[in-house]
Amino acid sequence: MTEHKAALGLTPSQTVGPFYAYALTPRAYGGSELANERIATDGVPGERITIRGHVLDGDGEPVPDAMIEVWQADADGRHNAGGNAGFTGFGRAETSPEGFFHFETVRPGAVEGPDGTKQAPHLAVSVFARGLLLRLVTRIYFSDDPANASDAVLALVPHERRETLIAQRGPDGVFHFDIRLQGEGETVFFDV
Amino acid sequence: MSLIYPHDGLKAHPLNASPAYTSTLKRAPSQPLILLPHTLSEISGPAFGHRAVQAGDSDLTLQHGGEPLGERIIVTGRVLDEDGRPVPHTLVEIWQANAAGRYVHLRDQHPAPLDPNFTGAGRAMTDAEGRYRFVTIKPGAYPWRNHHNAWRPAHIHFSLFGSSFLSRVITQMYFPGDPLFAYDPIFQSIPDAKARERLISRFDIDTTEPEWALGYQFDIVLRGRDATPLEEPHDD
Ligand SMILES: [Fe+3]
Repeated sequence: MTEHKAALGLTPSQTVGPFYAYALTPRAYGGSELANERIATDGVPGERITIRGHVLDGDGEPVPDAMIEVWQADADGRHNAGGNAGFTGFGRAETSPEGFFHFETVRPGAVEGPDGTKQAPHLAVSVFARGLLLRLVTRIYFSDDPANASDAVLALVPHERRETLIAQRGPDGVFHFDIRLQGEGETVFFDV
Repeated sequence: MSLIYPHDGLKAHPLNASPAYTSTLKRAPSQPLILLPHTLSEISGPAFGHRAVQAGDSDLTLQHGGEPLGERIIVTGRVLDEDGRPVPHTLVEIWQANAAGRYVHLRDQHPAPLDPNFTGAGRAMTDAEGRYRFVTIKPGAYPWRNHHNAWRPAHIHFSLFGSSFLSRVITQMYFPGDPLFAYDPIFQSIPDAKARERLISRFDIDTTEPEWALGYQFDIVLRGRDATPLEEPHDD
């Protein structure tokens, strides 16, 4: 193993606080958005999907000042694929006063996993909010995907908590994914 | 399964379970986090070209018709990885209160004046050496309702991506010598005093420009080291 020189100390995280919106999700302020809930424009190849959900606190109350960021592969399982115009793979959304968020995108393909295996299609998620000093990291998987059964990351999660990572497809075709920060049905968050 | 980047440096971060900061009480997860092996999903990340930044985004004093009120400052520094290598062409987003401690945000109720010439949001890309530079106004301290007589030390919020999903961080930069540090549960949530001090910018006479603006240096170290994956243990 290569010997590393002493590492520089990381810059510690701090909360995003309640007042980030005019800079990070500035639509209501007329600012230019770096990214928003629309991850793929119309021409991008792949199955169009919508993911909707709420962010809820330990009392089940909506969290109206969270920022959700997602990062995903394209329909062919590639991140940052050159030439895939209109697709950034990155989405960012502020929750509404009711704690609601949604993303419009294409269903990601299977991404390479450990030991040459394929991971089940998923989105990587960061949750920022007042009251979170360090972002929370989770994943969104899809309820109708048989590949979930053999996914190496899902396999690390205790069986009874696994479904907190799986967006459920409703009769309208929309995927529902709530993020429960604390308490009953608490979403699985990862240490990365 | 292996972790691509070592984990030790993460001890610099605060714990979400920091009860002195009361907003954490109903928001910090109660279950232990599950260790996630680093896959392509974590070691890749969004790339923002210079398109993300428009002319004038890094000078927060020139975004309106007139000059904002307050003390004009220059904030500059380098973005580095854990091995000390510069992180070039990466996006830095900032936001802050005005000189009176008031945010433009619609929900900010602090009865201090808004400044028609100051919004308080900026963006910059680091250059080939990882350097960024903002011109802005020194933000004021502001009260919050965490506890009796609670005031936030003056700070600028920073948001960075770095090279991957793993290096994503949002933090706050503080100013040297602030008497409010000792009373601020957000600053004090960082357990290690040395790590805490890394959030305090340094006054720099060489960055300071005569007859114009005081200069502060603030370097930022993001997750990421020599990208050689650690060897996987063999079971056989
Ligand atoms: Fe603030």
